[in-house]
Amino acid sequence: MAKFEEGLLYSESHEYIRVEGEFGFIGISDYAQHALGNVVYVDMPEVDDEVTAGEEFGAVESVKAASDLISPVSGTVVEVNEALEDEPELLNKDAFANWIIKVQLSDPAELDELMDVEAYKKVCE
Amino acid sequence: MNRTLYGNLIFELSKKGRKGYSLPHDYDRTHTTAELPQALRRKEAARLPECDELTVVRHYTNLSHNNFGVNDGFYPLGSCTMKYNPVINEEIAAMKAFAGLHPLQPADTCQGALEVYFNLQQSLAELAGLSEFTLNPCAGAHGELTGLMVIRAYHESRRDDARTKVLIPDSAHGTNPASAAVCGLEVVEVHSLADGTVDVDHLRELLADCGSQVAAMMMTNPNTLGIFEPRVLEITELVHAAGGLMYYDGANLNALLGECRPGDMGFDVMHINLHKTFSTPHGGGGPGSGPVGVRQGLESFLPTPRVVFHEEEKQFAVDAPEGALGSIGCFFGNFGVMLKAYAYILTLGRENVKNVGPLATLNANYIKERLRDDFLLPIQGLCKHEVVFDGLADKSTGVTTMDVAKRLLDYGYHAPTIYFPLLFHESLMIEPTENESKETIDAFIDVMHQIAAEAKSDPEMVKSAPHNTPIGRVDDVLAAKHPITTYWKSIEE
Repeated sequence: MAKFEEGLLYSESHEYIRVEGEFGFIGISDYAQHALGNVVYVDMPEVDDEVTAGEEFGAVESVKAASDLISPVSGTVVEVNEALEDEPELLNKDAFANWIIKVQLSDPAELDELMDVEAYKKVCE
Repeated sequence: MNRTLYGNLIFELSKKGRKGYSLPHDYDRTHTTAELPQALRRKEAARLPECDELTVVRHYTNLSHNNFGVNDGFYPLGSCTMKYNPVINEEIAAMKAFAGLHPLQPADTCQGALEVYFNLQQSLAELAGLSEFTLNPCAGAHGELTGLMVIRAYHESRRDDARTKVLIPDSAHGTNPASAAVCGLEVVEVHSLADGTVDVDHLRELLADCGSQVAAMMMTNPNTLGIFEPRVLEITELVHAAGGLMYYDGANLNALLGECRPGDMGFDVMHINLHKTFSTPHGGGGPGSGPVGVRQGLESFLPTPRVVFHEEEKQFAVDAPEGALGSIGCFFGNFGVMLKAYAYILTLGRENVKNVGPLATLNANYIKERLRDDFLLPIQGLCKHEVVFDGLADKSTGVTTMDVAKRLLDYGYHAPTIYFPLLFHESLMIEPTENESKETIDAFIDVMHQIAAEAKSDPEMVKSAPHNTPIGRVDDVLAAKHPITTYWKSIEE
């Protein structure tokens, strides 16, 4: 069974964001890693790249499929999780502990469009 | 056959100095490399395996026993239309009068071959409801690219250069966006509804937003879920009203063969996979062929060379008119494949061709209705030539679609397509084709029920399948992350 984490915001395309001040840590939910199966590659943007809410910023490849990563917010990438380059399977081990990119938010009002954990659980039912 | 001995890699069978044939000691070897520039010559030995001929023959014969094709058993690989390849096709393609031809020989010395080529162009145009076909593209995706180049050339001829976008449903085969990208066009995704069909409201929004930039919309019908698009006429009208053309991906044409025609649905350009719908082989005896057809008014944009018929002289001729796309491959495409497809059309005949789509559809729906108790059916109603399940109905056992597919190998079946389409997490896509007897299909259904029962009674056994194949469950994560594509370690230097 998929795990869910309180305190995060979720998108319908199964990304989460953990907001800390003006920054957000974006990753995929446990439900998403479970559906994807064994992850073999994570395609990530570069630091200083711009991301836009609702648009693709990278991709996750598993043995089953390659899926686009859709950014839940707009902003600038300030850090990428380099550990995923060598160990993409970290997403399977703990999707919430292993975020993919850290973004400086350009429009925090966009967060209002995202779901809390209870609303997201309903999407996954 | 002794698998332990001959089933190893050919490199592992190598013994230093062992040879199949050896040349006389006094044989002058200098001239074999004398003409090669120094820079191109090897600095060290190639480390090829060294084996005697008998070992090589046994090794490859052993390997061939591990192969599985349509001639070995039921091959329900969804989206691939794994039809039987009739023997008469092969006999005709192998005839010396055809196989010995050269593509550069004068047209008056190969009138028969040109007639076959011309007639196949005409037959496909009639079956598709379009005006003219080129047989030059060498595969399905090559056809897609050619079709998009035709569409681009058409817009450019009218100086409508702003049309650079291609609308593609999110359920499409991956080749569609790839072909559009190779053609220098921008992909815009059209959403699907929960039942897998095109979201026409979203299409309207996109057209309102950027209709004047739309070069074309690509569609597969029935779509990749095996569902006929019920609003296809409305879709083609909307795109035409915005000035775009409609491209039909012929991947699933088999479902419609003899029932209805892409041209009548409003499609302007399409490709046909002869290696699917027209019974030519996918591999081994391949290669493929992806003829492209266009509606009236677009003929002049087709690639060259073309085969035409001069009414007055009663002669077939090769034509390469100015202004056309030019050549997109070598000569006329894969002529041997065309012979097989033409033989298929003629052996079926006008009446029997009408049964192809309906019988393929009947077989798929029979499987759907008989398996829906044990397998989760996400889309109700009639399917066309293939049916998609979302894994086992009982999810509590933890047995996945991958496990079911692996277990099928133990029972001597080729696995269905799995984890495509992406709309469902546990897609299991079964396409029986029209060729299979009720006995074959019933036996397959019994095995699928048996596997569903095993998933409940002994889930660990199913999760570790296959058990009866020469190679067991492979580590696909390791294969994806650390592929080893060369092997020479065991060869002594």
